[in-house]
This record gives sequence, C-alpha cells and structure tokens, in this order.
Amino acid sequence: MPDSTASAGPLDGHRPDGVSGAAIDLVGVTKSYPGQGGAAVDRISLQIPAGEIVMLVGPSGCGKTTTLKMINRLIEPTSGTITIDGRDVLSLDGDELRRQIGYVIQAGGLFPHMSVATNVGIVPGMLRWEKKRIAERTDELLELVGLDPAKYRDRYPGELSGGQQQRVGVARALAADPPVLLMDEPFGAVDPITRQRLQDELLRIQDELRKTIVCVTHDFDEAVKLGDRIVVLGEGARVVQYDTPAQVLAHPADPFVEDFVGSGAALKALTLTRVGELEALQETTTARVGDAVADVVARARAVGDAAAVVLDDRGRPQRWPWLRQLQAEGDVVLDRVEDVLSVDRRATLNAALDAMLGSRYGGVVVTGKNDVYEGVLFLQTAIDAVATTRGGSGDDGPVPVAGNDEDAARALAGEGAS
Amino acid sequence: MDLWDFVAERREQIAFQAFQHVSLVVQSVLLATALGVALGVVCHRRAWARGLAATVSSVGLTLPALAVIAVVYGATGQGVTAAVSAVTLYALLVIWRNAVVGLSGVDGQLLEAARGLGMGATRRLLRVQLPLAWPVILSGVRVSTQMVMGIAAIAAYVTGPGLGGLIFTGLTRLGGAGALESALTGTVLVVLLALVLDLLLVLLGRATTSRGIRA
Ligand SMILES: Nc1ncnc2c1ncn2[C@@H]1O[C@H](COP(=O)(O)OP(=O)(O)OP(=O)(O)O)[C@@H](O)[C@H]1O
Ligand SMILES: [Mg+2]
Repeated sequence: MPDSTASAGPLDGHRPDGVSGAAIDLVGVTKSYPGQGGAAVDRISLQIPAGEIVMLVGPSGCGKTTTLKMINRLIEPTSGTITIDGRDVLSLDGDELRRQIGYVIQAGGLFPHMSVATNVGIVPGMLRWEKKRIAERTDELLELVGLDPAKYRDRYPGELSGGQQQRVGVARALAADPPVLLMDEPFGAVDPITRQRLQDELLRIQDELRKTIVCVTHDFDEAVKLGDRIVVLGEGARVVQYDTPAQVLAHPADPFVEDFVGSGAALKALTLTRVGELEALQETTTARVGDAVADVVARARAVGDAAAVVLDDRGRPQRWPWLRQLQAEGDVVLDRVEDVLSVDRRATLNAALDAMLGSRYGGVVVTGKNDVYEGVLFLQTAIDAVATTRGGSGDDGPVPVAGNDEDAARALAGEGAS
Repeated sequence: MDLWDFVAERREQIAFQAFQHVSLVVQSVLLATALGVALGVVCHRRAWARGLAATVSSVGLTLPALAVIAVVYGATGQGVTAAVSAVTLYALLVIWRNAVVGLSGVDGQLLEAARGLGMGATRRLLRVQLPLAWPVILSGVRVSTQMVMGIAAIAAYVTGPGLGGLIFTGLTRLGGAGALESALTGTVLVVLLALVLDLLLVLLGRATTSRGIRA
C-alpha cells in the first residue's frame, strides 16, 4: 500500500476546502470467526470519500458492525487492507489509532461515574493536552451539540435524558477533532422525536465540520436522511448497492434492495429535496402593515390573487389573509400576527407538503435568511417539480468503488489513495 | 464486682487490647483488600476463575473459624503473624468474591466504549472498571470487617493480641471474681468498635464513590 509515511504522526484530513475528514479505503477486507461457515465480512472493498456521511444498512447479522469496527480495529481483520488518509491502519498502534477516530455507540456509552466534562475530556487527556485547553474544548463541544456548558458540564450521565446522553456521546467522540467518526446505530435508543432532532443536529454539525462519517443503521429512512451515500449490505457484508440516497430510492439495484427500501420510495425521496432546490417558488401579492387596502386589492386582482401575504417591517411574513378579510378589517392593512404557515427554504419537500396539506390555500409561504419572505409554494407546482427532478442523479465527481470481488479490490488498490 | 469498676481499674490494659484488636483487623482487612482486588482482577475475565472464586469463598466461609485458626497456627507458628494470616484469609474470601462480582458486573458496552476511545487495558482497569466496581468491593470490605472483628477475637483465644483475651479469660473462669465482667467488657467493646469501623467505612465510601454512581 502507498504507506510511505508509517511514522506516528496524526491522521489528518484538514484541507483548504473546509473538509476536515479523511478518505477511508477498505480493500478486500475479510473477517472470519473460527468454527463458522461463511465469513462475517467477506472481502469487502469500499471507498469512502473524505467529508461524506456513508450509511451502512442491511439486515441483522449481515456484518455492518463488524465492518465498522474493523476500521478502528476494535475487531482485527482476518485479511485485507484498510487505509485512512492513505495510511495503513494495520501498521498503527490500535489504541493510538482509536484516539484519532471518533466512536459513538448506542446510548452514548458514557461512563456513569464521570461528569459530562470528564467524559468529553477523556481523549484529549490521553493525548496530554493541558487542563485549560481541555476545559475550553469541552465547553466548545457542549455548545456545538446544543448543551449549555454551564448547566451540563458538571452533571453525571445519570442526570441526563437519553437524547442529552447521546449528544454528550457525540461531543466526546469529536473531542480531539478526529478526521473520522464511526457511529453504530447512534440514535437507536431514543424516541422518534428525539431521534429526528439528533439527526438534524448531526447534519448541522456535519455542515460545519465536514468529517468523514461512517454510520451503521437498521433504519432505512435514517440512512436516506443522513447519508451522502448508502451502502446496502447483504449476508457476509456483500455490497448490494453503493449509491446516493436518491439513486437507491429511484433505482434499487435488485429486489433485495427494493424490499429493503420498503414501500413509498417516492415519498421518501421527498425528504431528499429541499424546498429551495425546487425552483418552483411563485410570486404572490405582498402588503406591508399600513398599506392602503384598496391599493393592495387592486394589485392582487390585477394578477389574479385572492389573498395577500402581509409582511412586517423586516420583511417577515405575518399573515396571509384573503382580500375580503382585509377589506372587512378597514382601510389600511392592520398590524396583526396570525399563524402564518411558512417553511424555511432549507426545509425538506416532505415538511413543506405537510404544511401545505394543512393550509387553506393549498400552499405555503417560503422564507429565507432571517425568516424573510421569499415566495409561496403551491401543491400543484411542487408535484410538477418533483415529477421532473425525480431520480435526478444530483451526483458529481467520480463514483466511489465498492464490491466484494477482485475487480473492486484491484480498482481500489491500483488507484492509490493519495 | 461492678462492671464499671472493672473497666475503670483496667482502663489502660483494656484500651491497649482494644487498640491491638482494631489494629489487627484494620491491617488484615487492608491486606485482604489489596490481595482480593488483585485476585479479582486476575480472575474476573474467565468463567472458570469466577466459579472458582465463588466456590472457594462460600466453602471457606462455612469452615469453623476455630478450625481454620488452628490450622494456620499449625502452619505458621504462633504470634501476631499467625493472627494476621488467619484473619486476612477470612476477609480475603469475602473481598475476593465481591471484587470478582463487581468487576465482572461492569457493562461490556462501557468497556468497549473505553476501548473505542483508545484506552489501553491498564487505563480501562483503573479509570473505568475499578471505579465502577468500587461500591461492590467496598461492601465486601464492610462485611468482612464486621466478620473479622469477631474472628480476631477467636484468634486471640489461641494466642494473639486483642479483646479476645478478655472474652476468653472471662469465659474460662466463669463464676470467678470479675470473670463475667471480663467477658462482657470484651464482647461489648468488640461490638462497639465494629460499629465505629463500619461507620468509618460508610464515610470512606461516600468520599471515594463517584456521585454519578452513588445509590
Ligand atoms: N465475536 C463473534 N464471534 C463469532 N461470530 C460473531 C462475533 N461477532 C459477530 N459474529 C457474527 O458475525 C456476523 C456479523 O455480525 P455483526 O455484528 O457485524 O452484524 P450486524 O450487521 O451489525 O447486525 P445487527 O444489525 O444485528 O447489529 C453475525 O452473523 C454474527 O453472528
Ligand atoms: Mg450491529
């Protein structure tokens, strides 16, 4: 392997484009346990691009966890090569390697006898950071995962909710700023609502950090939501499909994947599209507080609108009244806050549709930065837009390699990792 | 003779015996704790070794104290060393078993999390396993301390320091002058000192157990 620098320097993926993750290559990696028929993981080759979230999904016992744990050598591969950032991980000391790879397990795996701060500071402590630096880093990380440091740093895990524990688990894994994060069903132990929130937060954190994240899940919807790419594995960690969520949904490789995707693939694809990407926003009549109602009505009628969006002085939508409502209220547009149905342009189409179905107009107001009005989205235009973008690849750059045969292994090994 | 007079007359001697008794118990328990934890660390990972610890400990505890003491004296000769050995042995049986139970009771997920963070075997033991097993180990220390307060008294029967002397000289001369008082004083002091030691161990437990795992 192209491991000319077998020295003990840190794994590092920091690159000018904001990607702090490192590429991971598995080449013909096998794990077999003595006394078992087939291998638990059978010659898997997998190229994981730097800075991406790659989700491993597949039926129970197919080798997801085994594959994941071989990357940080919690499980030693029987054969094959694994490189991170071009360096052969098998040539490194296991413990030192693991200090440079974040690892998150179900329920966080926090040590109950250590405070939140102590838990988070474990790896920096082993790396002999100064006390002060560890304390600062701990606070910074708690902040990052949405926990007020002043309130939580001295608590014990038993004094936290499941979701909070999971957050601390993520903070602990990120403590020494590792280029790679491995997660094994990280959100499997929390309730659905908390899970959604944690997923959203992980995406937000990833936007900022651009780590390379390998995450095992048995929840296909989670894979679709979180993954830049999804690896669908079969028995013995056979790569059945390695693709973007949109592709897996639109073109499942075979009936096995189709089965795994489950029903409603098109509906699931809705969670992949952001409102802002649709280019289906429409203009509608807007009015400012204090405008003459007669003016507004005239403008609206001219373009055929039956309602107008009222904006406050900072351009944020306040309400969306029918014209006759405005007329009934008086001569000028009143300063009244009603429950306007609006979604952010970064919201998923799924969320927008949900809002539309609850709206009397069959549409929803879309806002941008600082909640400023951008336009409206109607059900019919949304559906039309989905129909035209469906199955669109949305993919750029070379397609990473994956497989369980010689070809895949050779493609990866031959290509050279750096 | 009045019990109070009996004590008042022999104040210094009794205080000395009480001191010797406690000193014997504390030293033996300390030694047994070190040995028990070390043995626990060695044994807790393998099922057969765990079984061995449980069996040896429960069989050992059913043996009559006097017989064991006699055997130990036979082997090591008489004196303080023999008393310490016998008493340590008893304390060890309890602490060893508790150490094995406590260490093997640590959640495997946590140990894997520790490994996943890059903690080596020694660090895992010192920073995760022992602190988590500590309450169980400490309860073994408490039980064994109570137990060996009595056993130390028996040890003194054969020979050795401590309050056992008072008890047994009293019992053998029962009916004689001051015999009852002697036995009573020894017994009451053993009980009182046992309570005091237990209280101290409770305080020690509070001071050394993380707030996160305190019941
Ligand atoms: N220590 C072990 N000894 C023997 N076989 C093992 C061991 N660990 C895992 N296996 C086997 O290897 C295979 C893959 O296990 P793995 O834990 O990777 O599955 P998984 O895909 O993570 O499943 P799940 O979704 O249930 O967590 C299974 O058939 C399992 O029985
Ligand atoms: Mg698993």
